[in-house]
Amino acid sequence: MILDLITYGAFFLVTALSYGIICLGLNVQWGQTGLFNVGVAGFVAIGAYTSALLTTPDVVERFGGFDLPIWIGWISAAFVSGLAAAFIGVITLRLRADYLAITTFGIAITIQLVVLNAITITGGPFGIGFIPRPFSGLQEHPLLFNLANLSLVCGITGGVYYALERLIHGPWGRVLRAIREDEAAAASLGKNAKVFRLQAFVLGSAVMGFAGAIQAHFIGFIAPENYLSAITFQVWAMLIIGGSGNNRGALLGAILVWALWSITGAALGLIVPAEYQARAAALQIVFIGIGLAAILVVRPRGLLGEVTKVSRVLIDR
Amino acid sequence: MNLQFLADGVVMGALIGLGAVGVTLSYSILRFANFAHGEFIAWGTYMTLVLTTAISTLFGGHTGTIGPLSFGWPLLVAGVAAAALTGGLAVALDRLLFSKLRSKGNAIVMVMASFGASMALRSLLEFIFTSRPAYFTRDIQMAVPAGLGIRLTPDQFFLIFLTMIIVVVMDRFLSLSATGRAMRAVSENPILARVAGVDVERVIRATWIIAGILATASGVMLGVTVQIRPFMGFDLLLPLFAAAILGGIGSMSGAMLGGLIVGVAEAVAVQIVGADYRAAVAFLILIAVLLVKPSGLFGVRE
Amino acid sequence: MTRALLDVDTLEAGYEPGASIVRGVSLKVMAGEIVAVLGPNGAGKSTLIKAIAGLVSKFSGCVTLDGADITAAKVHELARRGLGFVPQTENVFTLMSVADNMRIAADVLPKASRSEQIDAMFELFPDLARQRQLAAGRLSGGQRQMLAVARALIAKPHIVMLDEASAGLSPKLVGQVFSKLAEIRAIGITILMVEQNAKAALALADRALILVEGAIAHEGPAKAIAADRSIGRLYLGARRSEGGA
Repeated sequence: MILDLITYGAFFLVTALSYGIICLGLNVQWGQTGLFNVGVAGFVAIGAYTSALLTTPDVVERFGGFDLPIWIGWISAAFVSGLAAAFIGVITLRLRADYLAITTFGIAITIQLVVLNAITITGGPFGIGFIPRPFSGLQEHPLLFNLANLSLVCGITGGVYYALERLIHGPWGRVLRAIREDEAAAASLGKNAKVFRLQAFVLGSAVMGFAGAIQAHFIGFIAPENYLSAITFQVWAMLIIGGSGNNRGALLGAILVWALWSITGAALGLIVPAEYQARAAALQIVFIGIGLAAILVVRPRGLLGEVTKVSRVLIDR
Repeated sequence: MNLQFLADGVVMGALIGLGAVGVTLSYSILRFANFAHGEFIAWGTYMTLVLTTAISTLFGGHTGTIGPLSFGWPLLVAGVAAAALTGGLAVALDRLLFSKLRSKGNAIVMVMASFGASMALRSLLEFIFTSRPAYFTRDIQMAVPAGLGIRLTPDQFFLIFLTMIIVVVMDRFLSLSATGRAMRAVSENPILARVAGVDVERVIRATWIIAGILATASGVMLGVTVQIRPFMGFDLLLPLFAAAILGGIGSMSGAMLGGLIVGVAEAVAVQIVGADYRAAVAFLILIAVLLVKPSGLFGVRE
Repeated sequence: MTRALLDVDTLEAGYEPGASIVRGVSLKVMAGEIVAVLGPNGAGKSTLIKAIAGLVSKFSGCVTLDGADITAAKVHELARRGLGFVPQTENVFTLMSVADNMRIAADVLPKASRSEQIDAMFELFPDLARQRQLAAGRLSGGQRQMLAVARALIAKPHIVMLDEASAGLSPKLVGQVFSKLAEIRAIGITILMVEQNAKAALALADRALILVEGAIAHEGPAKAIAADRSIGRLYLGARRSEGGA
């Protein structure tokens, strides 16, 4: 019983932390740079599908897989997601802020179409299965398997967290905040301000793609329905509730929201009759939507706000 | 070559255009891209559906249809009432959410809030009505020739006619009425508008009401020609943004023309690559506009 | 003593609480007067006039117009209550026609008197009457300034406030705009003007105030100030008095 609980706990944390890494990526874009990305689902999907294509064994009815090592898949995932972000960023970052939101929204929809319809590459609605899982040799022992994966994901999360903290508190992060906080500073940097924004956008999306790949390999199976706009929405809720601008807040928000999501989901599963499950799931999203909007109005800095004080005057007013 | 697809493109374009006019007005006056606009479309349509059913039931189902059209007067009455209710919904959402963020002066936080609101409103529809499609009518209509080998159903004729009336009324309203003038003034320069005596909060309310009315018109058109689903507005959102940006933010005629271009381009794409990638057409148009002329066809600012 | 038309009493104003730019300014404008507010760059002249117009936050103090307290009045209400304001820049709706610029301002009046008042303005500004249908953005700089003034006059204000009406205009155009202001005063409208162009302003105004670092450093009849060279040297800068900012 206790072992089951630990196994479930490890499984839960792996999923929550993979969302946490997505949140860290989003935090580079929103928290540090003020870029609103509505296409999180798209960038996560790019990462997941890239890695899945590269690492799955060769299949007859579909293009690939290439049976490459997992780590190549993960690195490529980050790279391809970053590339897609560079494409969007170059076009929209010179324009009004909401155009980035609209365009990322568009790319998420387009990617959803592609994974759904490019059946020879993505498997269409059936998705891609048999994605190699790390420590698959341990699969016979669920506890060991989940704990091994948990330690791996913990290590990766810690690594990404540490690397981003270093970047954010270094000269690069200072420039980003200056651009976000101060129009004059942004203007004095001129063209460079756009380059910095683009770097932040690409880096954030690459982290999201990387996290998408990790998720895919942990679950072992991906399908288009995993990458609907609801995911974007959940990740946003995680970051806003945890506290934008703060990496610890991003991770805390991910664990908290995922816990809430899992608990309410399980509770609804027990209480609500099977034929009303879909409706109950819709209600879950209604509450998160209201929660997100309420946090924006009441406590815009989230549970753990940004550590720096530059923005206090602007936000508290 | 069979030009039939053009007819469907124009009908689709007309309803995208009506929605895009609402987007472009609220964007230029509220100064943020409202992701919840799609939900105004869906809510307006579902409210029309509920009211139509209620009216028909009240009259014992003997309301019949208007001439060759597939629907009767209850739909028109319900549509007008639902348009007013949707305007009220938009005003209420502004009061509860956007007005509280407006004073903080950060447009992108408003975009985010509208994204949250859109998710909540859409899921609420799904909760109430489930994701199963609904229909105003299941009758199949006979199409009649409209020249160039194109055939239109009586409903399609009616909807194109209705769109033209709405466009003319909106145009007269914006160019001649005091409220329309005030809306143009706030859209160009909100500070000067206030100095000149324009009550900006009142203009914002008027804008939301108009956006709600046009969204309902657009949604009911979609409901009559295709079907009613909780995601109908969400799926229209990208075409709406593409049309509004293509036309130039703030330009009503631009949004209408942009809608027609997007609608016809989708129809052409369906002919060439099939229906699977239809939704990507709006994205390609959006990217092309942002690359070539971000201010759009008739836009004055980027 | 007669009551002042506009009475500003120890006004503190600025963009951020705790950082007042206007510091304890009191001034009175009598009906029929032209009062000029002069001073060096950054003295807070524009902030003062914008605070009266409701566009900059007032932290303390009181503003009354014709005896009524307008300290907390909303910007759009001021137009109805008889306070006209001409901002320094972006003071016409460039995308709208000249006639629509007029109509916007006339919309605060009762329906019956709107077109009558617009006609009266076109009579006062015949240049504009010839270009009713032109988009205001296509007017020349001088005509644009005239339109901005006309727009502020339409709502039949008791007092018109102008923020640097001469900025960016050639000396000749400054002369035209200022002689139009003299005409406007002649029909009974009171004027409070903030000016960088001290020479032209002092020639037009009855009284002048000199604002330095957000507080009034000197005030008196315009003629006396114009004659007092030490004031010119101290506060206004010799070059400034030669025209155009």
